[in-house]
Amino acid sequence: MTLTRRELARLLTRIENDEAAEDLARLYPQTGRAHIIGVTGSPGAGKSTLVNALARHYRAHDQTVAILAVDPTSPFSGGAILGDRVRMQDLAGDPGVFIRSMATRGALGGVAPTTLDMARALDAAGFARILIETVGAGQSEVEIARAAQTTLVVEAPGMGDDVQTLKAGILEIADILVVNKADRPGAEGAVRALRAMLELGHGLRNEGHHGRQIVSAQPPESSAETWLPPVLQTVASTGAGVPELAAQIDAHYLWLQNSGEGAARMRAQLAAELETRLRAALYARLLSQVDQELMKALLNRMETREITLYFAVDLLLKQLR
Amino acid sequence: MPANRKIRVLVAKPGLDGHDRGAKIIARALRDAGMEVIYTGLRQTPEMIVEAALQEDVDVIGLSILSGAHLSLTGRIMELMKQNDLADVKVVLGGIIPEEDHAALYTMGVSAIFGPGSSTDAIAEHIHRVVPA
Repeated sequence: MTLTRRELARLLTRIENDEAAEDLARLYPQTGRAHIIGVTGSPGAGKSTLVNALARHYRAHDQTVAILAVDPTSPFSGGAILGDRVRMQDLAGDPGVFIRSMATRGALGGVAPTTLDMARALDAAGFARILIETVGAGQSEVEIARAAQTTLVVEAPGMGDDVQTLKAGILEIADILVVNKADRPGAEGAVRALRAMLELGHGLRNEGHHGRQIVSAQPPESSAETWLPPVLQTVASTGAGVPELAAQIDAHYLWLQNSGEGAARMRAQLAAELETRLRAALYARLLSQVDQELMKALLNRMETREITLYFAVDLLLKQLR
Repeated sequence: MPANRKIRVLVAKPGLDGHDRGAKIIARALRDAGMEVIYTGLRQTPEMIVEAALQEDVDVIGLSILSGAHLSLTGRIMELMKQNDLADVKVVLGGIIPEEDHAALYTMGVSAIFGPGSSTDAIAEHIHRVVPA
């Protein structure tokens, strides 16, 4: 697909505004060539700076890069401040780079509902690497794993103890863990805590919870069948550790292809996406059929504590059938 | 304006002075007015600003200029916008811009100039008025 940068920018706007069903149908067959890399992690961990450093690395190796940087929409005004470009100044003026900021527009999973389709447009436009930076994510913003092929979870030293690490659902989506700002005190401790968590999870997966050995004596290693997320250290502001990170990202991409996991994930992503869209459409259609008068009447009866929420929902559903 | 559309505004500080408090206040006020504000930070060259405006497909470019170089910076930005087919994007200026230069800036195609003490509501209202629905 040959587009000028201006045309591409406008296409991205139409996708973001849900006005691009035809454009997407046209470009869809040309997607699937780019490597889509998700970058998520706590606010302040250095995601934007790391994305900038990775983009510079890819440019130094003559690969084109598109960046989708997601920031949160204010739930109060519907507006947003999108500030990730501030840390990406040194990519300016390079025609091999395209940076687009976007707001979540109410979605809670760390990316917007249209982020994946915008990545597809950038894929069809021929960018080799697409970096998606999520909002500063805490423990459950895991949507990025559906959009990306390789997901990086970025942490910084001193951002939480072992139990925080244990709680975080976000660790389960990591293909690669990055302890950024590794020149700061506590980096080694953060790496150890993350490794311990991973090995614990790995032991559980392999042995089952009835297995006697939960953490194996030998540290587990990646194999043709299993990928054990590596824990890497970077200092994104200086570029230290970035070539090693890029090498691991490539190793993961290769593993996805050779193990068959890539195809399996793709299918799961599509299924999840189909379900999400279908759910939204069904919800909108059914909601329009709900009897508003009945709903008000039921609300009144809930207010006087005559009926419960569950009873009201039940009555509304019966009326739909 | 359709429900899914948002006004997108690039807030940039061209030139070399290091004061971005005003730009940050404007960014926040426009967010509170429901707009999506792409904040690019200090020391932007005209080339960087126009390239960012193009990639971000913004409706408005807001420039905060305190350095006194408003005529040359704005002139260069307007010229680059024309070259990049961005002439329909509105340019709004803020900062310290002497009265006697206003006419020249409006002739270049600037949409509005807001000096110190302007209400942020007035800026948001202006943007709502000039951006086509």
